[in-house]
Amino acid sequence: MKASAPPKIESFKLSMLLSDTRYRGTSLQVITFIIFVAVFFWLVDNTLKNLALLGKDVSFNFLFLRAGYDINQRLIPYNSDSTHGRAAFVGILNTLLVALVGCFFATILGLFVGILRLSKNWLVAKLMSIYIEGFRNVPVLLWIVMIFALLTEFTPAPKAFKGADPQATMLLFDSIAVTNRGTYFPAPIFGEGSFWLLLSFILSVLIVIFIKKYANKQKNETGKNLPTFWISILIIILPTLGFYFLLGKPISLEYPYLKGFNFKDGIHLRNSFLALTLALALYTSAFIAEIVRAGILAISKGQTEAAASLGLRPNKIMNLIILPQALRIIVPPLISNYLNLTKNSSLAIAVGYMDVRGTLGGITLNQTGRELESMLLLMGFYLCVSLLISSVINYYNRSFQIVVR
Amino acid sequence: MSKLAFVQKNKIPPSPAPISEVGVIGWLKQNLFSSWFNTLLTLLSIYFLFIILKDFIPWAWGGHWDTKSLRECLDLNPDVACFSVLTARWKQLLFGLYPAEEYWRPTVTFILLIFSIIPILFPKFFRFFWFSIIYPGLAIWLLWGGSIWSVGIVYIGFFLGVLLFILLLRNITKNMVIAGISSILFVILFFIFFSNYLVKILDIIIPISLPPVESLKMGGFTLSLIVGITGIVASFPIGILLALGRQSNLPIIKMICVGFIEFIRGVPLITLLFVASVLLNYFLPPGTNFDIVLRVIIMVTLFSAAYMAEVIRGGLAGLPLGQHEASASLGLTYWQSQRLVIMPQALKISIPGIVNTFIGLFKDTTLVSIISLRDPVGLASTIRADQTWNGIYWELYVAIGLMFFVVCFGMSQYSQYLERKLKTDK
Repeated sequence: MKASAPPKIESFKLSMLLSDTRYRGTSLQVITFIIFVAVFFWLVDNTLKNLALLGKDVSFNFLFLRAGYDINQRLIPYNSDSTHGRAAFVGILNTLLVALVGCFFATILGLFVGILRLSKNWLVAKLMSIYIEGFRNVPVLLWIVMIFALLTEFTPAPKAFKGADPQATMLLFDSIAVTNRGTYFPAPIFGEGSFWLLLSFILSVLIVIFIKKYANKQKNETGKNLPTFWISILIIILPTLGFYFLLGKPISLEYPYLKGFNFKDGIHLRNSFLALTLALALYTSAFIAEIVRAGILAISKGQTEAAASLGLRPNKIMNLIILPQALRIIVPPLISNYLNLTKNSSLAIAVGYMDVRGTLGGITLNQTGRELESMLLLMGFYLCVSLLISSVINYYNRSFQIVVR
Repeated sequence: MSKLAFVQKNKIPPSPAPISEVGVIGWLKQNLFSSWFNTLLTLLSIYFLFIILKDFIPWAWGGHWDTKSLRECLDLNPDVACFSVLTARWKQLLFGLYPAEEYWRPTVTFILLIFSIIPILFPKFFRFFWFSIIYPGLAIWLLWGGSIWSVGIVYIGFFLGVLLFILLLRNITKNMVIAGISSILFVILFFIFFSNYLVKILDIIIPISLPPVESLKMGGFTLSLIVGITGIVASFPIGILLALGRQSNLPIIKMICVGFIEFIRGVPLITLLFVASVLLNYFLPPGTNFDIVLRVIIMVTLFSAAYMAEVIRGGLAGLPLGQHEASASLGLTYWQSQRLVIMPQALKISIPGIVNTFIGLFKDTTLVSIISLRDPVGLASTIRADQTWNGIYWELYVAIGLMFFVVCFGMSQYSQYLERKLKTDK
């Protein structure tokens, strides 16, 4: 038997840097890194040259200068004498407001539509799929401008509410006025003693939570169901009502009323805000509905059958078996849809709502000519929001995912 | 023997199902009125449908199609739609401000588009794939006009490069890398030094050209399709590369890919479009100024490439690790195993996500109206600014919405067809 010849040891050649798998990875990375750094410096160099040509420098001082423009919808005090920084902050708050309200309604609507789409009722299921396909396949910008047009063109002007025989009437016992200048809601007025009222309310909620916990513990230990539902409702309602009258009705509602050509008092929601929030909520709800449906369908039929064979009733099966498992699938894409909604809220400019893109990335940018700095800050804000949300998703995934191996 | 009890000798034929269980009534009972709750839901839905359709059908059905202005419509009957705006302005909605005598060019471009995607969509026609390769250049030339050679030279350059690569590999060297690098160098040198002269010479010999049309003239659905389709075609390969980069075990490449993907996904598209329209000039050498539509296309492409990368990464993560190991043990190289084993499976899993990204990209083309390009949504306000149609909303919005709906819904239906066709298990 002939001994196999020992493999010939090749001496190192330059071409091996690219052809030999031992070196290829490293050399590829080095080349990429060099190109990356070169491009980066090229961009920075160009920017510096361009800035020098225009006679500009990079400075964020403009944030502390007087803004000089007004923002018609704001959550914190602001006037045209405030700084650009404050204007940006007003914008950030406005963005977050739209995002929060939009996410809230989108979730409720999406859950509702998604579950109804699985209904055995043919007509309901078909209607819901029309809803979903309709909203998903038309650009959100179009929905925003459409709903804005609906709110401004097809609602009565405030003066239509005037006179003994008005053309338009307010909704819900004369409390809500839908006009082409926005919608007016009653505003709560917190009088003296409202603190104690709120405190008693919070306390009773805490007590109810405690009772629920106790009942659950009893159920786990003895298997007996304690009647908690009616007790909880009584505990929440009775003391609060009692305090309300004892303290002399400290919280009251301030109704909007017509004065001159416009409504006064109450909470005024502008059409721009309403249109944006409504459109984003409706649009996102269609996506959420699909996520919910997919999540429920992903739980195998065996789970339902196994639960049924244990003798659970349909709504118990849904609550105890299907939903807890489906949630694990539903929640991560749900949260990333919240992120999408937040990013889509930057379309506010189409209806003139002053979100952070409208203040910092809009008027401030145009007035100060600080395109580079404004855009950097703007992108930084959105990046922070998105990193925050994706870290929430990661945390959720880590803590709730089934560990397989 | 006592009397026997009655015994049935022959089989009784089954009696027909009760009328309430079969046919239309049975279907109704099963699907609409199976319980009091379902009945309630059905009645509510019928009421809801009635409310919507009661107003919508007469409005749409009785609409005017041939009046001269909105005023005329309102004088005739203010309660019905005034679709005359579509009759009068449909060309603008489709082509934007494209010169009227050149409308045939976008039309031809989009008819040819259908022919160029057939070989990709249906494998039966794959032998016509060469047309899909020629098409992009043809489309650019048709839409923007100018001399055919300024587009053709790109094809000539790459053709020469490929030719050189094959020749080198056949006759001179066996090393792919050396042949590749030298032909890439050749192509770069060709474009820097020779292409300008060659274009001039070819222009003199065979002058074929169309009147040039500037980008700002493009608009309407044409613009949406240009941006959307270019974005879709370009973002797909970039997305695959980014996804592979993110999965790669080379740390620097992985870091760059992750940074890029997370950055792009973290900011709204509209800020990127603003960067394209306001800031890009800062980043380029002083004096450069390139086409706004091209800038928008680049931004939209990068944006959806990042999303695509995440979708494909999901598909890659869905594959069992054994697939990588098995293909490596067969002796396939990295790229071979990606091409033959990993990607076909990963892409199949991620079809729904990929098509969703495409649909999202196509819908996002409407955002260009915010940086004042004239896409259909932007055109709606342009048309409204005209005295004759001032105050018209629904007719335009319904028409634009329908156009988008048809394209997006078509895409999602195709993806479902593809999923069913490629389903190999169960």
